[in-house]
Amino acid sequence: MKRTQSNNRLIQWIDERLPVFSYADHNVLAYPTPKNLNYWWNYGSIAGIVLVIMIVTGIFLAMNYQPHTDVAFASVERIVRDVNYGWLLRYLHMNGASMFFIVVYIHMFRGIYFGSYKAPREILWMVGVTIYVVMMATAFMGYVLPWGQMSFWGATVITNLFSAIPIIGDYIVTWVWGGFSVDVPTINRFFVWHYLLPAIILGLVIVHLWALHVHKSSNPLGIDIKTPQDMMPFHPYYTIKDLYGLGLFMIFFMYFVFFQPNFFGEADNYIPANPMVTPPHIVPEWYFLPFYAILRAIPDKLGGVVVMFAGVLILYVLPWLDTSKVRSATFRPIYKQLFWLFVANCLFLGWLGGKPTEGVYVIMTRLATGYYFAFFLVLMPLVGRLEKTKPLPNSIYEEVAKKCRAKED
Amino acid sequence: MANTPGNNPDDLDGDRRDFLLISTTTLGLAGVTMAAWPFIHSINPAKDVLALSSTEVDLSTVEVGMAITAMWRGKPVFIRHRSAAEIESARAVSLDELRDPQNDADRVQKPEWLIAVGVCTHLGCIPSGQSLGDNKGDFGGWYCPCHGSHYDASGRIRKGPAPFNLKVPPYAFTDDTTIVIG
Ligand code: HEM
Ligand code: FES
Repeated sequence: MKRTQSNNRLIQWIDERLPVFSYADHNVLAYPTPKNLNYWWNYGSIAGIVLVIMIVTGIFLAMNYQPHTDVAFASVERIVRDVNYGWLLRYLHMNGASMFFIVVYIHMFRGIYFGSYKAPREILWMVGVTIYVVMMATAFMGYVLPWGQMSFWGATVITNLFSAIPIIGDYIVTWVWGGFSVDVPTINRFFVWHYLLPAIILGLVIVHLWALHVHKSSNPLGIDIKTPQDMMPFHPYYTIKDLYGLGLFMIFFMYFVFFQPNFFGEADNYIPANPMVTPPHIVPEWYFLPFYAILRAIPDKLGGVVVMFAGVLILYVLPWLDTSKVRSATFRPIYKQLFWLFVANCLFLGWLGGKPTEGVYVIMTRLATGYYFAFFLVLMPLVGRLEKTKPLPNSIYEEVAKKCRAKED
Repeated sequence: MANTPGNNPDDLDGDRRDFLLISTTTLGLAGVTMAAWPFIHSINPAKDVLALSSTEVDLSTVEVGMAITAMWRGKPVFIRHRSAAEIESARAVSLDELRDPQNDADRVQKPEWLIAVGVCTHLGCIPSGQSLGDNKGDFGGWYCPCHGSHYDASGRIRKGPAPFNLKVPPYAFTDDTTIVIG
């Protein structure tokens, strides 16, 4: 690693003993980045900032939150009504969870469109999928904490997924609960996990960035970096582009925090949990709906649970299902259309997940589940082999220069 | 020097080294597993949770056709005072029609009292059907709104994703109108 550029003697002295400055220079300031990244490359840094917001608001919420069935609901209401700025902390945290998923979903779709998971970035992608899985667990347990009706029944239904496991399923569920239903021990341990998992996410994010910095960012053309001309330093070019994107995102985020704080929530969660009455229409948080739809598409208990988990875990093997040598969908006319159909299908599944399981909805859910898996298991391997791709440009630099000239004319 | 035969333990006494490596690893893993058990078991139900596991219910006020819900281990238990017609309909079903085949007679101690844990065997919601106006499903028992499971008047699963009948808890009549569940 090179020495720090600074002439300051103190900085040099520290850097020789603990190379934080040359590290920052290497990984942030002079960090070489492809010249042609578009706005779809903003979502990673936004996700990182949302994680920080979640951790900070979470720590301050935890100072007033009480993880006990008798008082949890009241303690959250107290945060909102009596704690100074408690309403702000809670609404930032609550809407932050939804923002986190919006950002991460866009980030993931970006990866699928531009083939970011292809060699040599498979592990980078798989670490990302792990972050996503841990995030889902974190959000699920967080949603249990306010102890409303949806908290309670969501916790009951989701933990009961494990009861589908043959023979040991019921023991596992009792073990997860620490009793015979979702109760005092459950909320206590969920709070502990909810506090702990974000730290694990932070650790995974560091591994994610470590892997990223080995081969650097991919880019919208999906071709490799060949010469130094293809790159530019991260700072100030991408620091400013990331900040600009962050500003727009924060406007979106704050709109919900200040004007529609309960937009993503369910009214039923403002009714304290009642273990004796299930609300007539229970739905998970919106970010789980596509998978909830898949669960309900299968008329068998174990089958539904297996297929639902498969729907998430299949993401791990994406790098090996996609057989195309060309990364970016820009040069893949057929795949590009199938991709957009896939995005629409995911949204459709999400919509279906909130509908009752009857009549046409059941049939539509089965069809959409079929396309979800067919996209990965049939279309990706086949289209990758058969499709005639468009010619790839020679270099990032040439392409960027061409665009600049076109703009000047 | 580093590669002279005498300096490499593998060349010196390979089998002995393998044995030491394998036995140390095995013992180490066994030790870790044993040390893990207290942690794993600590989150199983504690003794006070286990101790809270029986409930007494007075049935004397429950008229024919009525149902009450008792609470046992944090879960509802459905107690339905069945009418002669309900008993008849529950008995008339042939076992081939059932997903989880069980005779009505094997699910009750006294035919007029159906006692079952009111937790859907799919994913644990509480089916409706205890009160008069409730949706009782297509088979006159209970209906689970979460993913559409229908139970009959014997608490047996008839339609929908649930795999099993509503569970019958252990209970005993201590006199004609009192039961102890658990
Ligand atoms: C990965 C980041 C995180 C996610 C996705 C997340 C998600 C959630 C969600 C969905 C809720 C329920 C919101 C509601 O309806 O009120 C919640 C509540 C809560 N979270 Fe988090 N959280 C994260 C990080 C943290 C951290 C780091 C802490 C503490 C150190 C924390 C502490 C709390 C507390 C105390 C509550 C209950 C108060 C409330 O419901 O507003 N969270 N979380
Ligand atoms: S929990 Fe009753 S049908 Fe799913």
